Amino acid sequence: MKKESSTTIGTNNGLLRPRWQLVLAGVPLLLFLSVPLVALVLRVSPSRFLTAVMEPQVVQAIRLSFLSTAMTAFLTLFFGTPVAYLLARKRFPGRTALDALIDMPVVLPPAAAGVALLIAFGRRGVLGSFLGGVEIPFTLAAVVLAQLFVSSPYYIKSASAGFASINRELEQAAEVDGASRIQVFRTIILPLALPAIVGGIVMTWARALGEFGATMIFAGNFPGRTQTMPLAIYIGFEIDLDVALVLALILLAVSFFVLALVKGLLSQRLTMF
Amino acid sequence: MKSLLKSVAWIGLVLLLAISFQFAAAAQISNTRELTVFAAASLNGAFSAIAGEFERSNPKVKIILNFGGSQQLVQQINQGAPVDLLASANMKQMFEAMKSGRIDNASVVMFARNRLVVVYPKENAAGIRSLQDLGKASLKIVLADKAVPAGQYSLDFLAKCDRSAAFDFSFAKRVLNNVVSYEENVKTVLSKIILDEADAGIVYSSDISASVSERTGVIEIPDSLNVIAEYPMAIARDTSSRKDADKFYKYVLSDEGRKILTQFGFILPK
Repeated sequence: MKKESSTTIGTNNGLLRPRWQLVLAGVPLLLFLSVPLVALVLRVSPSRFLTAVMEPQVVQAIRLSFLSTAMTAFLTLFFGTPVAYLLARKRFPGRTALDALIDMPVVLPPAAAGVALLIAFGRRGVLGSFLGGVEIPFTLAAVVLAQLFVSSPYYIKSASAGFASINRELEQAAEVDGASRIQVFRTIILPLALPAIVGGIVMTWARALGEFGATMIFAGNFPGRTQTMPLAIYIGFEIDLDVALVLALILLAVSFFVLALVKGLLSQRLTMF
Repeated sequence: MKSLLKSVAWIGLVLLLAISFQFAAAAQISNTRELTVFAAASLNGAFSAIAGEFERSNPKVKIILNFGGSQQLVQQINQGAPVDLLASANMKQMFEAMKSGRIDNASVVMFARNRLVVVYPKENAAGIRSLQDLGKASLKIVLADKAVPAGQYSLDFLAKCDRSAAFDFSFAKRVLNNVVSYEENVKTVLSKIILDEADAGIVYSSDISASVSERTGVIEIPDSLNVIAEYPMAIARDTSSRKDADKFYKYVLSDEGRKILTQFGFILPK
């Protein structure tokens, strides 16, 4: 008879089942996180949902949110990857300071970030006044910049950790075999860091989607131009609760779908290794 | 050395917790009663001063002030926020609050009035000199959202302009075309003007304090076009202390209260 060890107790085809005490300890927080979301779903009837979704203000807010967050994600990927790579691989004077600097937008309350952006890039701003007549506040650019400011650090940190975790020996082996720096990056570094990169971009996108405080102050609130879904929810909450609920539900549904999709893809990748 | 640091850290943590509990306990044990007053953003100067004076003559009562756009305050009330007294910037929001059943309808009273002014940054790079200038092309105007009393009043003012011979028929449309942002309370409208991020805005005359007028310019709106904002105040039905709420209510309506209101630029009801 096989001797029962602690590794075989509670297993089910090799998958370890957690002890019931662990599950019980996790229930309160899980409930706390899920009940508001379930309440949101229950509160909005399908018919009310469909009528509200057709309203122009709702459509505009959805369109703006997806347009701006897509731009933010792209810009973060493009400009953030070099920063992440630098942080992960190079030792240079001031590296710790740069590391802390990138943490700042996350720590700063969004409203404070909005004020800072206004003071810096507003038309009378420290930098903004030198833009030759180009005024950033109250435009889509301001929406994207606000989102970029508060959400890109998530990607940079995640991608950086991804790059740092790669075994140098793999790269060295490739270089010995004659691969150029670009080839090493494309064939070794990028694939290995991909889960961290994708995970980071998703976090950035999610944070950008929910961005409110900095947007309100830096970009303002104008339906169709700068009123993203969170702003519409906020103002909508004060006039028409239905609009606010529907928008919140849409945000919830879309975020859940995208996150589930990405995490599903990521977990596939992880099992490949 | 490490264990010494650890002990110091633990002692520090315990002390911190003890001190914070003390504060919490003190609030419970002490004899001060708290009165929660929700007031429109435009009342922040006046009501802070009134609350200060009231607390001076009533040391056992502490006034907790919650300022915000009236629509935001009423939403909080409708969702059950504890409140003793509400001072709104228009009757519309007071009616919304009354719908929730939490207001003592008999206590609703107009205690102050306000009027609109056009405000522009001191620099005035856009060269605003008259009300008609609001319709100038490519101007950046900031207004309060129409859900906010100040925002609705601004729209009412523009409607009056439309009916007036002094403005052409497309004036209101051109002004609304110039709007770049609808803010959620009147004070953020003012902030964006002070920062010179927009060329003009419409706020209350009471918002133009001495310090504000140092950094802005004002265009008065004549009575015929102006909108008189009426501020109602009411006591909550489920107030924690009817006596204190009554006292504060009467204080706002008293000569001293009215004097403070005029000092802050409000107009007194007849």
